[in-house]
Amino acid sequence: MKAPFSWLKEYTDIDVSPDRLRDMLFSCGFEVEELIYLGKDVEGVAVGKILSCERHPNADRLTVCRVDCGAHGEKQIVTAATNVFEGALVPVALDGSTVKHEGGVQKIKTGKLRGVTSEGMFCSGEELGISDDFYEGAETDGILILDPADARPGEDIRPVVGIDDSIFDIAVTANRPDCQSIFGLAREVAAVLKKPLRRPDLTYTTVSTDVKVGVEVREPKLCPRYIGHYVKDVKVGTSPRWLRRRLALMGLRSVNNIVDITNYVLLEIGQPMHAFDRRHLRGDRIVVRRAAAGEKIVTLDEKEFTLNPENLLICDGERPVALAGIMGGLESGIGESTSDVFFEAASFARDSVRKTSRALGQRSDSSARFEKGVDPLFTPDMGMARALHLVSALGCGTPTSYGADALNAPAGKRVIRTSYASIEGLLGIPVPKEEVKGILSRLEFEIDDMGAEFTAVVPPYRQDIDGSPDLAEEVIRMYGYGHVVPSFLENATVTHGGLTEGQRAERKFKEVLRGEGYFEACNYSFYSPKDFDLLRLPADAPERRALRILNPIGEDLSLMRTILAPSMIGNIVRNVRRGNEEGRMFELANVYLSGELPPKALPEERKRVVLALWGEGDFFDLKGAVEALGAAFGVSLSFEACEKSFLHPGISATVRAEDREIGWIGELHPSIAAELALEKRAYLAELDYAPFAAKYGRGAEYKNPSAFPFVRRDLAVVVDEERTCAELEACILRSCKALRSAELFDVYRDARLGEGKKSMAFRLTFAPEERAEKPVSSETADGYFNKIVANLKRELGAELR
Amino acid sequence: MNENEEIVREAERLSEQAEDSRALYEVKMSFLGRTGKVTSLMKRMKEIAQELRPAFGKEVNALRERLEALFAAREERVKERELARRLAREKVDVTMPGRRSRTGALHPVTKVKEELIDIFSGMGFEVFEGPEIENDYYNFTALNTPADHPARDMQDTFYLGEGLLLRTQTSAGQIRFMEKRKPPFKMLSPGRVFRSDDDATHSPMFHQMEGLVVDRGVTLCDLKGMLDEFARTMFSASSRTRLRPSYFPFTEPSVEVDVSCASCGGKGCPLCKGTGWIEVLGAGMVNRRVLENCGVDPDEYTGFAFGMGIERIAMLKYGINNIKLLTENDTRFLEQFKD
Repeated sequence: MKAPFSWLKEYTDIDVSPDRLRDMLFSCGFEVEELIYLGKDVEGVAVGKILSCERHPNADRLTVCRVDCGAHGEKQIVTAATNVFEGALVPVALDGSTVKHEGGVQKIKTGKLRGVTSEGMFCSGEELGISDDFYEGAETDGILILDPADARPGEDIRPVVGIDDSIFDIAVTANRPDCQSIFGLAREVAAVLKKPLRRPDLTYTTVSTDVKVGVEVREPKLCPRYIGHYVKDVKVGTSPRWLRRRLALMGLRSVNNIVDITNYVLLEIGQPMHAFDRRHLRGDRIVVRRAAAGEKIVTLDEKEFTLNPENLLICDGERPVALAGIMGGLESGIGESTSDVFFEAASFARDSVRKTSRALGQRSDSSARFEKGVDPLFTPDMGMARALHLVSALGCGTPTSYGADALNAPAGKRVIRTSYASIEGLLGIPVPKEEVKGILSRLEFEIDDMGAEFTAVVPPYRQDIDGSPDLAEEVIRMYGYGHVVPSFLENATVTHGGLTEGQRAERKFKEVLRGEGYFEACNYSFYSPKDFDLLRLPADAPERRALRILNPIGEDLSLMRTILAPSMIGNIVRNVRRGNEEGRMFELANVYLSGELPPKALPEERKRVVLALWGEGDFFDLKGAVEALGAAFGVSLSFEACEKSFLHPGISATVRAEDREIGWIGELHPSIAAELALEKRAYLAELDYAPFAAKYGRGAEYKNPSAFPFVRRDLAVVVDEERTCAELEACILRSCKALRSAELFDVYRDARLGEGKKSMAFRLTFAPEERAEKPVSSETADGYFNKIVANLKRELGAELR
Repeated sequence: MNENEEIVREAERLSEQAEDSRALYEVKMSFLGRTGKVTSLMKRMKEIAQELRPAFGKEVNALRERLEALFAAREERVKERELARRLAREKVDVTMPGRRSRTGALHPVTKVKEELIDIFSGMGFEVFEGPEIENDYYNFTALNTPADHPARDMQDTFYLGEGLLLRTQTSAGQIRFMEKRKPPFKMLSPGRVFRSDDDATHSPMFHQMEGLVVDRGVTLCDLKGMLDEFARTMFSASSRTRLRPSYFPFTEPSVEVDVSCASCGGKGCPLCKGTGWIEVLGAGMVNRRVLENCGVDPDEYTGFAFGMGIERIAMLKYGINNIKLLTENDTRFLEQFKD
């Protein structure tokens, strides 16, 4: 909400600077986001009276003027302007001054123009940053000619043209729609400065009339208040300068006096007004109702809308004349010939206005104001009275005695009964009783002190206040948060804090991957439907059953993730493109799985981990990291070759934890890599997280190590190419109980081994039993070895090398 | 016994010529081995007269001892020489890079989240994580934000239909927690939140950390005391906090909490835009209606709540100037958080 300093001053005595006021507003809950002094760029410009004008000796188009600049002395100014004349009062930018110039600031110095000294420059309205609404003639081509009635030579130009003023741009929180107006802000300013608040002049006299414009509200919930008033003998014309200047300060252009009054009241009182040309209200009736399906209206800006029953309309006896709270209809608008006006001041339900405004894409200052909430009991009355006063004061019409009022809101006073102790109890500090009363009274609460307790009548415009804590907040924001003394739960119970088992498991999980050299990534929880096509997922793939955001930022961020890999592939591509040729990365995050689409209940949020490795290392490096997770959590993992549309068919596997499939691992399919112009090989794995977390915190199972050392033997066998490591390993382990482990350490292929053959070498470790009384002898180990060899030969056709 | 002196001198000469322990061993064996000269001398015992044998034996033994001592000394020197040669040969360029195992790094948001959890769990907070997809009730209605409330416009919400939405605030977790637990308690709820906002300073997904304390006689002063402690631990020992009025539907009074700028110590600098203060979190006393909605008697219990953006804290802590860096996952960025 913008507020000019000069306008605020009209309603209270401000005896502090704009900067100081900014700080005071800040501490009571109104952050001034911007404070602009309008005259900032116009320094050292004075009013001058032209004493003489002579043609420049060397240039036909230039004029040399002698100018009386009052206290600044007499100056010689050379100008190219043609509208200057002897005796004219003009703004003179003196030597060393600044003016606005093409969006920036220009410094003016004494110089020579075609050999003749010019001790400055005459200014146009543009160079002062003003329009006709600030000062008549500001937009004419040439120098701004000032009115002798309000300018004297030597005066600073800024007060003369209305730019010796500051604009506060104030962030008003959503609970304070009553401060979306100059007067509303002035109330706060008066309270914070402890100064009396002056009320706007609401007086007017009426003449009697026989005319009646009946008001019927058919949707009382959507329109809790509707006031109308009939004004006759309207003379549409130009508004006076003070009014135009105020609108201009707020960034509004003057239209005509009647329209200006409605805009002025919106800014000053916070009440959106509408002025109907009464002669266009058929049947002298106003009906507030929902639109019929397909009903149409053309608004003031000549746009046509087709409506539905969600849209609230203001209608006359026959058809729509306004989109309620948003914009009037074209036909009943104010024109030059308007002589009868029916003013509207209403309160419309904020979400109704918001929904219609959004749905139709039609916004206005009125709708913006209604969306924030206009109270039904206070603001419409004040707004209407102010408008009628202005009509009288401007002499542009005659308010009649006829006013209509439809009230559909509870009209009683709201009273809060509470105690000083209750307020102090919440704040934790004592606040003197007189302070509490003083603060609340200045904020226009009516206080009835009853000793320990008191009652407060809530001002009708303060719809945000409904209990004792609200009063406590009013007190502390005015008393000052600086009074709050830090304490540390002196009265509170000791509670036991800490991480849950699940959170500790997650920390460990991430630490394991960090130790394996992986960087943790963080991606959005949504992705693009195109990602499914990139992964070549078939039409019926479960991953495609993703939750859709109804109002996404864009199609690329429209689906909730059902698989983490696409985001990670994006990370790889971005990294490689930026020259990060190798890397390892993981993300632990939820996927969102819904049984039905669209969802009826909260979907399953399943935590998954995706790992990626690119540039350096291969499938087995990535697999090593997955195995490290298994080892760290005591989850026994197995891998089996599989096919996935997005993985290299020969380098891909499903991952099982204790026979349950929990994910997959493999190389990104080379055709996808090619499509992404990814020149590095990339490996990905994606797993459910729960099987790991489930094993967390079981504690270590301890066995005494044997007193005797392990015995090791290396075994190399030649087998058919199709035989897998897992098959051999399983066969070896089955063959001997004393075998602690069998680890593949070499695979060797050579023509001498035979076509389609390979040699696989395992390191066998035999362990004595825990309670063994003697070591595993060389002979015993040989026995085990021979048995293993025999089994391998029988079961897998393996030959000892 | 000139012959013996001869042998000693020869042993001295030959052993001197032996370059390494292998050559020296061979020399040694040529004297003291099974076919060596001394052994051969011993074998001549039979040829000697019976009465001369003891003296002869004594002499040969003396010779053997001399030679053994001689070779032992020689061996010592050869070994020293060999070690010296090996050490000279094995010199490495110690400035060559070490063979490192890789270390990764946790995401800065995770690091800050864990740090926050550690700070508050030390104060008695337990951690509770609610769902990221919420229904309207938990995200808004129960938090005193009914359907027509203007505060709904404060946060642009992603909707999934049927009253389901992506939670806009971890405050949603407050309600779920309070439905299950009776006060007194201190609860911390970290997690992802979503708002349809995407520009230089806003990300459609970010992380929040919500704190909630409900007990008898909890006051605004307690909130300030706790946040002071938090600021001192998180930022610097000399950090201060400042409360100023604000508005959230679920707290009353509501405050914005500024922390003194750690970069300039509160004097004013570009980071704090000259104010000396940095806006860090929102907080307030829990609104009575919120307590009522969760079956907590607001006449018996009061509470305070605070919520902060983890990205914001991370950006302040590490001086990160662009929120997008946190979701780009550039390894050159991530590798800087290994500490």
